[in-house]
Amino acid sequence: MYKIVAKKTLAPAIHEFDILAPKVAKKAKAGQFIIVRVDENGERIPLTIADYDREAGTITIVFAEAGYSTKKLALLNAGDAVQDFVGPLGVPSHIEKFGNVVMVAGGVGVAPVFPIAREMKAAGNHVVGIMGARNQELIFWEEKMKEACSELLVTTDDGSYVRKGFVTDVLREYVEKEGKPDLVMAIGPLPMMRAVANLTKEFEIKTMVSLNSIMVDGTGMCGACRVTVGGETRFVCVDGPEFDGHLVDFEEQLTRSRQYKTEEQHALNRGGCGCGGGGKCHG
Amino acid sequence: MAKQIIPKKYAMPHQDPQVRAKNFDEVALGYTEELAVAEAERCLNCKKPFCKEGCPVSVDIPEFIALVKERKFEEAAKVIKRTNALPAVCGRVCPQENQCEKFCVVGKKNEPVGIGRLERFVGDYIVQKDERIEKAEPTGYKVAIVGSGPAGLACAADLARLGHSVTMYEALHTPGGVLMYGIPEFRLPKAIVQKEIENLKKMGVEIETNAIIGQIASLDELFKEEGFDAAFLGTGAGTPYFMNLPGENYNGVYSANEFLTRSNLMKAYCFPECDTPVKVGKKVAVLGGGNVAMDAARTALRLGAEEVYIVYRRSRAELPARLEEVEHAEEEGVQFLFLTNPTRYVGSEDGWLTGLECIKMELGEPDASGRRKPVPIPGSEYVLPVDVAIVAIGQGPNPLLTNTTPDLETNKRGNIVADESTGKTSKEGVYAGGDVVTGAATVIKAMGAGRTAAKSIHEYLLSKS
Repeated sequence: MYKIVAKKTLAPAIHEFDILAPKVAKKAKAGQFIIVRVDENGERIPLTIADYDREAGTITIVFAEAGYSTKKLALLNAGDAVQDFVGPLGVPSHIEKFGNVVMVAGGVGVAPVFPIAREMKAAGNHVVGIMGARNQELIFWEEKMKEACSELLVTTDDGSYVRKGFVTDVLREYVEKEGKPDLVMAIGPLPMMRAVANLTKEFEIKTMVSLNSIMVDGTGMCGACRVTVGGETRFVCVDGPEFDGHLVDFEEQLTRSRQYKTEEQHALNRGGCGCGGGGKCHG
Repeated sequence: MAKQIIPKKYAMPHQDPQVRAKNFDEVALGYTEELAVAEAERCLNCKKPFCKEGCPVSVDIPEFIALVKERKFEEAAKVIKRTNALPAVCGRVCPQENQCEKFCVVGKKNEPVGIGRLERFVGDYIVQKDERIEKAEPTGYKVAIVGSGPAGLACAADLARLGHSVTMYEALHTPGGVLMYGIPEFRLPKAIVQKEIENLKKMGVEIETNAIIGQIASLDELFKEEGFDAAFLGTGAGTPYFMNLPGENYNGVYSANEFLTRSNLMKAYCFPECDTPVKVGKKVAVLGGGNVAMDAARTALRLGAEEVYIVYRRSRAELPARLEEVEHAEEEGVQFLFLTNPTRYVGSEDGWLTGLECIKMELGEPDASGRRKPVPIPGSEYVLPVDVAIVAIGQGPNPLLTNTTPDLETNKRGNIVADESTGKTSKEGVYAGGDVVTGAATVIKAMGAGRTAAKSIHEYLLSKS
């Protein structure tokens, strides 16, 4: 069992947990993820590492209540524990001095962007953060992002905070005004990452995205997280989660991400059990 | 010694195929005490037991069977456990027809003695009992075991018996490896696997789950920072192979590893009581002809598929799966498409699998293996309508550990290079065995390799002092 040492609700249905996992915290690097299983009957869900404290032995995760398991996770409080917490998984972000780096964060994507931006800045890059949310209510970690980046540009879809527009609008304006950055990184919902990749392709700017596919084990043993990158099949959990945004087949990823839509609804409605009454599901 | 030999094995009671195809309960129900004693009576107690030589872990077969005859089941279990830590598992999943029972003298003219069934009976008998496990006198040496599948479990049991302090590292949340995520409940009840593993813990073996060596710590760090004196690598062959056919990433295409992990380890067959979903196809194609393919096909049937096909490019005689598994699958209604090779996946506009295009094959000239090579019949392509496809064409070793251990020699397939007779690798104090060395093989062979390595590790540790 892994103890939740702190819980904050950052925005409606968006939560921040600090989880005690010293061995994971000792090794965690920006760009990696963990897999969490809430309880004995739980499924394994991947969440990106948003921060870590090697001294305290904690990992920070941030998640939105999107479906059954994240809703179940959200019910837990500080002092409770999750059944399983595995990591660090995936390949860490490649950090070096590129020059000008633009970090684009959409929605909950702010959380995984934060540690990478911080590392990029520490490596001597000029880091421009662009963060966007649907509305003002959903903006979080603005102060943390200001510290992690050299400059921060904020936008909301509905214009309720700072300005109106998508992150791609802000990115286009920035590139047109300041010229091409050396690297763009985008993390957020798939359609947002796809939009960023399409835009930077136009300008021929190297772009990395971090995929959040359906996973089971997270160690390369099943291929649930398959993605086509440059025409080749890759496993997001061991070859990624970061890939060249111009080579990712986003259409396929979007289709694959909807694979269990029906079942997800079913879980939320919580019907009977299909084990034939053997009660093995609790065995 | 004109003893009248009963020509056939006493039949093992089974669930009716029509009934069992709809549930996940165990298919084979096991011997009663009466049946076990009667079957044990068929053993001739040979002076020179060839059966024992056929057993990869050299169980003292006639000795335990003699105790079964006398109804001394606990003593029989002790005899088996001298060399086999998991009798309830091995009695169920060993291919006895190629091992102990192949060499049984009774089997020359009649059916061999049901050694596997007897081992299973004894294993189950002792699992129900609260076994007294004795802890050995500690030697002070620490051994790390990476992977808690059959190889790691057997290695841990032997080392703990010798008094070494053993820690097993397991990447998943439950120990057992393929016994938990691969072999289905209806062939190997998970409660039994966990009970056998509990006994290892009673012997003092520490099991750390959610610990991926290569990510949470490197092998070198285990030695340097955690103070281990030796290590055994039993990480298996858990990386699925795909055929790289067009359309392989359509929704509805699974690796057998994923499909079985969802169903067995995550208990997706209890969805939504358990949270992990699995796609239950109406028509399911399983690509491949090994035991994993049989397990996947029979699982799909139990999840509620109406039609399940095994698609195999050779003929029935060449199926790599055990005959018993093939027969069970057939009895339950799995359909076999022989001399059939998949060529591409067919899908809908919105990315869902709708069919599997196959080409018919005919047997041509013998190939290097001496088997007649299947060659495609031009123009015989047709589309088999399916909404789920499961790829069961084999697995390879996972590179997470070897990638972070540069001085560990691997071959071009990524398998760890280890001496077959000792388990020794290119790295001092590091031993390996099971599927990570041999490629995908059997549970008992992995256990044999684990035992071989345990012996070498013990000798290595003693030579250090």
